[in-house]
Amino acid sequence: MTSPYLSIRNLGVTFTGGTRPVRAVNDVSLDIAPGEAVALIGESGSGKSVTMRAVMRLNPEGRSRIEGRIMVGGRDVMAMDRRTLSAYRGADAAMIFQEPLLALDPVYTLGDQIIETIRRHEPITRDAARARALELFERVRIPSARSRLDNYPHEMSGGMRQRAMIALALSCRPKLLLADEPTTALDATVQMQVLLLLRELQRDLGLSILFVTHDIGAAIEVADRIAVMYAGQIVEEASARDLIRSPRHPYTLGLLKSRAHDAMVKGARLDAIPGAPPDLANLPDGCPFAPRCFLADEGCRSGGVAMQVVGPAHQARCRRLELTAAAAQDAP
Amino acid sequence: MLAYTIRRIILTLPVLLGVSVVCFALVHISPGDPLISILPADASVDLQERLRVLYGFDRSYAEQFLLWLSRAMQGDLGTSIATGRSVTTEVMRAVGNTLMLASVATVIGFVLGSLFGFVAGYFANSPVDKAASAAAVFGVSVPHYWLGMVLVIIFSAQLGWLPAAGAGPGGSGQWRLDLEHLSYMILPAITMSVIPMGIIARTVRALVSEILAQEFVIGLRARGLSEWGVFLHVVKNAAPTALAVMGIQLGYLLGGSILIETVFSWPGTGMLLNSAIFQRDLPLLQGTILVLALFFVVLNLIVDVMQSALDPRIKR
Repeated sequence: MTSPYLSIRNLGVTFTGGTRPVRAVNDVSLDIAPGEAVALIGESGSGKSVTMRAVMRLNPEGRSRIEGRIMVGGRDVMAMDRRTLSAYRGADAAMIFQEPLLALDPVYTLGDQIIETIRRHEPITRDAARARALELFERVRIPSARSRLDNYPHEMSGGMRQRAMIALALSCRPKLLLADEPTTALDATVQMQVLLLLRELQRDLGLSILFVTHDIGAAIEVADRIAVMYAGQIVEEASARDLIRSPRHPYTLGLLKSRAHDAMVKGARLDAIPGAPPDLANLPDGCPFAPRCFLADEGCRSGGVAMQVVGPAHQARCRRLELTAAAAQDAP
Repeated sequence: MLAYTIRRIILTLPVLLGVSVVCFALVHISPGDPLISILPADASVDLQERLRVLYGFDRSYAEQFLLWLSRAMQGDLGTSIATGRSVTTEVMRAVGNTLMLASVATVIGFVLGSLFGFVAGYFANSPVDKAASAAAVFGVSVPHYWLGMVLVIIFSAQLGWLPAAGAGPGGSGQWRLDLEHLSYMILPAITMSVIPMGIIARTVRALVSEILAQEFVIGLRARGLSEWGVFLHVVKNAAPTALAVMGIQLGYLLGGSILIETVFSWPGTGMLLNSAIFQRDLPLLQGTILVLALFFVVLNLIVDVMQSALDPRIKR
């Protein structure tokens, strides 16, 4: 593997604004090679968006404590001063959001927002920036791109807005694209179009993508590798194919079992993981998944659990991996 | 934009008609005979009757209203009963004085209020916010006539820096733009500015902290905008509402400054209304209220059009 473009090492994020500190991200390490797409999946509150925002240092600095190291293109993000940071945001790494209607400024046209971003990072004229904005709109296949540039966000449909958001993110030719649940707010057919567009752009432009989602289907569609998060930790990481075929962490197993699949009998109930995720302000001792795990024994309820290597580029954070291999065989 | 403006102007016509009806009715519902103030106590019934006919008070209300309205539309608001002068002239001079004072007060209030509001909103719940919010609450709740008197005591009576009353030297009834007249304006304008200052500060604080909590602000930072760049976006998002509040405040100050104008003997609409009410000068009262209401409607129109120019979501 070539040296990674994005490298996260032992990232910890604790929010200290409330009455009790909330440990949102705990010991997360993740690498993304140039041109590679990695999906970070997990349920709400598992820390996937916080991890992504940490890459841009967008978590509120006064109310959070951040440990670990984040390197992007060989530069230490945590060590950047204000000026370097804002030059890095949008130019080296860009972000697309879940709900573009909320993430775009409602009182500026899309063209103006793209032009503003380009001119923030590059010394070019307004006309040149506008020409590039038009190119981008055509690149993400927005119909009648020229007139759409003068639209306000509320004048577009959801799918169109997300395309515009992608165009905006790509406006300064970033090498790393951070996508925070970019298809969650869209309806199913539009979801697929946006996923295919992302995949195509990634291949054509050689983008590294960190893709956060709770939709395993979407993750498989876009990502080369998948990392599963639970209670602020990455519990399993593997290539998309390995993760689907031979999941090794009980949580991943449970997630895969809870999906609807072709072999299901009509009317059958989906399998669900019993219990609820732990309170991040009051994490249990030991493995955070132990209270819900069908394989947990006494040893799982005390002490931390380290990442175990289970195969080439496949690792899982579980003490009882010898049992999960068998359990995976039973899975559909 | 133009179509919206034209439609908005047409929509004000029924409002104006309603305003004129209400303003006419209000004055006639109030008890008391308007002629009592100019008639000698021992006037004969015959004289009373002749004056009543002369002023048109003997006709039906509908007739009086239509007559008054048609004259008003030609710019003739009648003759003041108390002074015998043209109401239009009296009202326009007073409106000019009040408009001058209220505009200056609103500008001061808007600048200070926005400043306090932005600082408080940006540093919500910090000591800076507490101080700025306290200033805003002070502005909204302090009795303005009291503040006016305190300022007069300090700056006129004790220090002798500024004149205490009037619009200009020698009881000048007409404000003009020169240094002498300006010094007469300082105290009343500052007193008056405290009202819009407090309200605008509170509005802007709420607006700014609400805007800053929205996701697009994170979106702007993620694009690499500097804090100054983000600030400009916040300003543009806050501007429509802040301007609307400012316009409405100016409207209130135009008619609602009776206390301050009385404290400072400022020859504006407040003083005029005050004397018209006490003298039961119906034509003057009607005329003043109508002109003030017109200003209010026009101000609202301007605010609406400006808002739609600034916020694309309002148009359509």
